[in-house]
Amino acid sequence: MQGLEMLQETPSQTAGPYVHIGCIPTFAGVNGVYPQDLGLSPIEDGAKGEIITITGQVIDGTGWALRDAMMESWQADAAGIYPGQPGADPAVTGFCRFAADNESGEYTLRTVKPGITQARSGAPQAPHIAVWIVARGINIGLNTRIYFEDEDNSADPLLKRIEQRPRVQTLIAKRTAPGQYSFNFVLQGENETVFLDI
Amino acid sequence: MRNAPTDLGSLIPRNRAIHPVPYDPDYKTSVPRSPRWPLLSLDSSVTEETGPTFGHNMLGPYDNNLIANFSQGERLAIGERIRVHGRVLDETARPVANTLIEVWQANAGGRYRHVRDSYFAPLDPNFGGCGRTMTDEDGYYEFMTIRPGAYPWPNRANDWRPMHIHFSVFGSGFGHRLITQMYFQGDPLIDLCPIAATVKTRSQLDRLVAPLDMARSKPMDYLAYKFDIVLRGRRQTMFENKMEGM
Repeated sequence: MQGLEMLQETPSQTAGPYVHIGCIPTFAGVNGVYPQDLGLSPIEDGAKGEIITITGQVIDGTGWALRDAMMESWQADAAGIYPGQPGADPAVTGFCRFAADNESGEYTLRTVKPGITQARSGAPQAPHIAVWIVARGINIGLNTRIYFEDEDNSADPLLKRIEQRPRVQTLIAKRTAPGQYSFNFVLQGENETVFLDI
Repeated sequence: MRNAPTDLGSLIPRNRAIHPVPYDPDYKTSVPRSPRWPLLSLDSSVTEETGPTFGHNMLGPYDNNLIANFSQGERLAIGERIRVHGRVLDETARPVANTLIEVWQANAGGRYRHVRDSYFAPLDPNFGGCGRTMTDEDGYYEFMTIRPGAYPWPNRANDWRPMHIHFSVFGSGFGHRLITQMYFQGDPLIDLCPIAATVKTRSQLDRLVAPLDMARSKPMDYLAYKFDIVLRGRRQTMFENKMEGM
């Protein structure tokens, strides 16, 4: 039989407790190597749309908030166009890095609320932000999404695929004030976040 | 950021069998931090197929030289000088061009420059421990650094990390994101390390071990190690990328 000339992906390894040195060095106390950390903000001044702030924690199976997690987010602009696609808002880079606070474990993501995007099938995807979580003890980065409770999520193809309907709410940010949302990433246990293999 | 093609093809599903197990009692922190429920598996969408892209003009002159970048070329870090080089390909063996690689590591004594590292090995005043580079059109990359030291860490009573360099690689879509670690040929601590052992197949763990590459070392200057990286591939035929049901 002929061989399949396919390579295999390089195995992941945990990002470890010092991931900040490599990704957001000023957070680790490493200054002066780069002019600024990469992914400081997913938007620049003048981004079109509603500016929102999402806050929360990354919580482990014992209920304890991680102090060393780092997250990356990727999203479309307010019109649902991803950076790099034709017509994208030039003030939206779409990519952000943010970390759990050393003391409180709280994270903050300030961005523009994304618009509806198209799935490959042509079906509309409800507004969402993709998030990738890495930390000590996480051997391969965890992918998930943040949706919004004040949007119509009923036809979203990903949310529709969640068989156990109570788990859908683990992906939906709660609106706490105008422009303010809360969202916890629960790694394990009660209300465990739906993590994705996409 | 640069513009990227709008439809690069859907992602080939991740083969999780080659990756570390998320839950491994010998790596204690993974016990409370690993999900208990299965992942939700789906075909990729535009969300995962697009991702941030970066230009070579983002890089400073010392970004790819960890020996010199903490002092911006004024002074040199202490340690065994090495050059690390390799190639980034995808699963279909196509080079991944112009993609950002970030690295971080401990200094020659096994100490990280991080507010949370309390190991008593001294900091090197001329070593920050981070660097970055980009692949060229053919997927090749390289950087200079010092060989990091091994160090003890709180897990079982006497666990030590083998010498390693952390790698973060972007690829062309957010679904490609990968963080891994490069180990060094011949390090006896690899076989004792519970983090390395989260990769359960020996042949897969071997892919994280960089061989000494004397041909690319420089006499009286530095040794070289080669570390190739493979990212997920994309489906490439028009039949694979057509609209669902057509």
